[in-house]
Amino acid sequence: MKKVIALFALMASSLSYAAGGGIHLDEHKTDLTDTASLQRGAQTFMNYCMGCHSLEHGRFNRTAKDLDIPEELMQENLNFANQRFGDLMTIAMRKEDSKKWFGATPPDLTLVARVRGGSGDWLYTYLRSFYEDTSRPWGVNNAAFKDVGMPHVLAGLQGVQKKGCAPVSTGYDSLTGTEIMVDSCELAEPREVLYLAEEGQLTPKEYDNLVYDLVNFLVYIAEPIALERQRLGWWVLLFLVIFLIPVYLLNKEYWKDIH
Amino acid sequence: MSQQKNPIMGWIDDRLPVTVTYEKHMSKYYAPKNFNFWYFFGVLSMIMLVNQILTGIWLTMNFTPSADGAFASVEYIMRDVQWGWLLRYMHSTGATFFFIAIYLHMMRALLYGSYQKPRELIWLFGMGIYLALMAEAFMGYVLPWGQMSYWGAQVIISLFGAIPVIGDDLTTWIRGDFLISGATLNRFFALHVIAVPLVIVALVVLHLLALHEVGSNNPDGVDIKKHKDENGVPLDGIPFHPFYTVHDMVGIVVFLIVFCSVMFFFPMGGGFMLEYANFEPANGLKTPEHIAPVWYFGAFYTILRAIPHKLTGVIAMGAAIAILFVLPWLDKSPVKSIRYKGIVSKTLIPVFGVAFAILTWLGTQPSSGEFLHLINNTTLARWLTAFYFGYFLLMPFYTRMEKTKPVPERVTGGH
Repeated sequence: MKKVIALFALMASSLSYAAGGGIHLDEHKTDLTDTASLQRGAQTFMNYCMGCHSLEHGRFNRTAKDLDIPEELMQENLNFANQRFGDLMTIAMRKEDSKKWFGATPPDLTLVARVRGGSGDWLYTYLRSFYEDTSRPWGVNNAAFKDVGMPHVLAGLQGVQKKGCAPVSTGYDSLTGTEIMVDSCELAEPREVLYLAEEGQLTPKEYDNLVYDLVNFLVYIAEPIALERQRLGWWVLLFLVIFLIPVYLLNKEYWKDIH
Repeated sequence: MSQQKNPIMGWIDDRLPVTVTYEKHMSKYYAPKNFNFWYFFGVLSMIMLVNQILTGIWLTMNFTPSADGAFASVEYIMRDVQWGWLLRYMHSTGATFFFIAIYLHMMRALLYGSYQKPRELIWLFGMGIYLALMAEAFMGYVLPWGQMSYWGAQVIISLFGAIPVIGDDLTTWIRGDFLISGATLNRFFALHVIAVPLVIVALVVLHLLALHEVGSNNPDGVDIKKHKDENGVPLDGIPFHPFYTVHDMVGIVVFLIVFCSVMFFFPMGGGFMLEYANFEPANGLKTPEHIAPVWYFGAFYTILRAIPHKLTGVIAMGAAIAILFVLPWLDKSPVKSIRYKGIVSKTLIPVFGVAFAILTWLGTQPSSGEFLHLINNTTLARWLTAFYFGYFLLMPFYTRMEKTKPVPERVTGGH
């Protein structure tokens, strides 16, 4: 019995969406005060992700309020299944069906930023690391998440990346200031890199920005209270520091005659 | 207070010993006047206990103790319940700070020999609290029903399976099922919110009653009751209230500043307080990459892992906790405080503190890693485990043999 369980566990973990991959993560400079970015991120999520991924712990109305999106705008343009404004952001796809179709149920993404190390770095890297791999069911693999079960939904925007030898920047010429490009397979430590083989609708820069906004939104939705928490935190600390003064003086007064 | 009694107090005192009790434990409880920094952590533990109980009561109002509902109800508390996020963070951060306070409180006892005669019972009640607190924290961590809740419980409960003959049946009995399930979650909820807190509170009362019976120790380890004035008040003692109440207030406010800094700005504690994997719902078919206990169990988990044989490892881990209970009888030193102990104790006590901290750290790290790029984690864990047991088992010898310094008659330094 134990062996069977161990086997299942092994199989499950090889399918799992956890596998870290150990690649270098690009930093995501999360900015939860950038409401415009969060709005664009929400828009991308609702349009591209929510067909399969729910945000089942978050609500439309709370998100609209936090992101300064008017109710009508949210309901007409971002709530595609016409759920009520106060509803949780669930999806209609049944877990049993998606499991059959994709091999694994697309996970709920409300907390994904917290699962992935409490920051946007991993997601920001992952969503820009799909590359063509014809051996995979969806024709793509991911450098940050080996053998991922998810198709590259944003491929139309990004284009097609391939993995192989390609010129990479090794720094700048000190005289001319031009970037020095060397083939990645001819470096001292040869490696394969991802390069854009087919352009998509967006330039690489535009695509990075789109992913930045999307990840910003995912960090927000993982903990909608984050900004308020910090704002309140400063007031609480201010109170405690001021309160410390009379408390300290009271103690000093009582103890002045104790030797 | 007793000369000119207010008639209402008099009426009550004739029926309930309010004034007498207040005097015995507060206004006429004489504590040594030379308490230092280390003496804050008792009251700080108490503050954390109250924090855990109060926030816990409000959390139960919205928590759903079922395998289907637990995870979502925690997120419901974090998002939809008014101030729910604050209650939850106070509770989760509180667990960590409770253990920090308790560990420093225990270190204080080690430094100044607060467990020695006549305070053995205080130590035993304290150890009881510590043991109950570990059970409380472990079961509490299962309740959010995330991946680490589930797999942490799986690992810890399976340890009981190492016990010969009854092991398998025992684990089934603890889980209430053949694997960790809703039945386990429900019983842990009952134990976490009712049974264990009752035990802890009762033990805290006993801990304090025993303390106030024999009186507080102090950094010099001298008995302040040897020198009293004409009224029977110890010359080096001062009334707990108001002197130590105002004094403790300073410590409490400073502690709260640290506590709130972490709670408001780093509520996940870098993955040490709220582990990343625990934001994923429990899944019995998917093992997390790296299963680690929450930091405060780290030392004992390291001792368990240091030994390559499961049953022996479990015994070692149990023994590491059990040996703390008999500490008052291992220390044969004629003096209490590290200040007057011999060179061996003076060296070993701080080294033990550092060793325990490293053991704790190792418990949160993969056993295959390297400590500071110097030594393999497992090798280091084995050396430190040997030191841990050596420190206690050799204590009867080195504390008896080493040359101690003469203890002063009265406390030194004052305040």
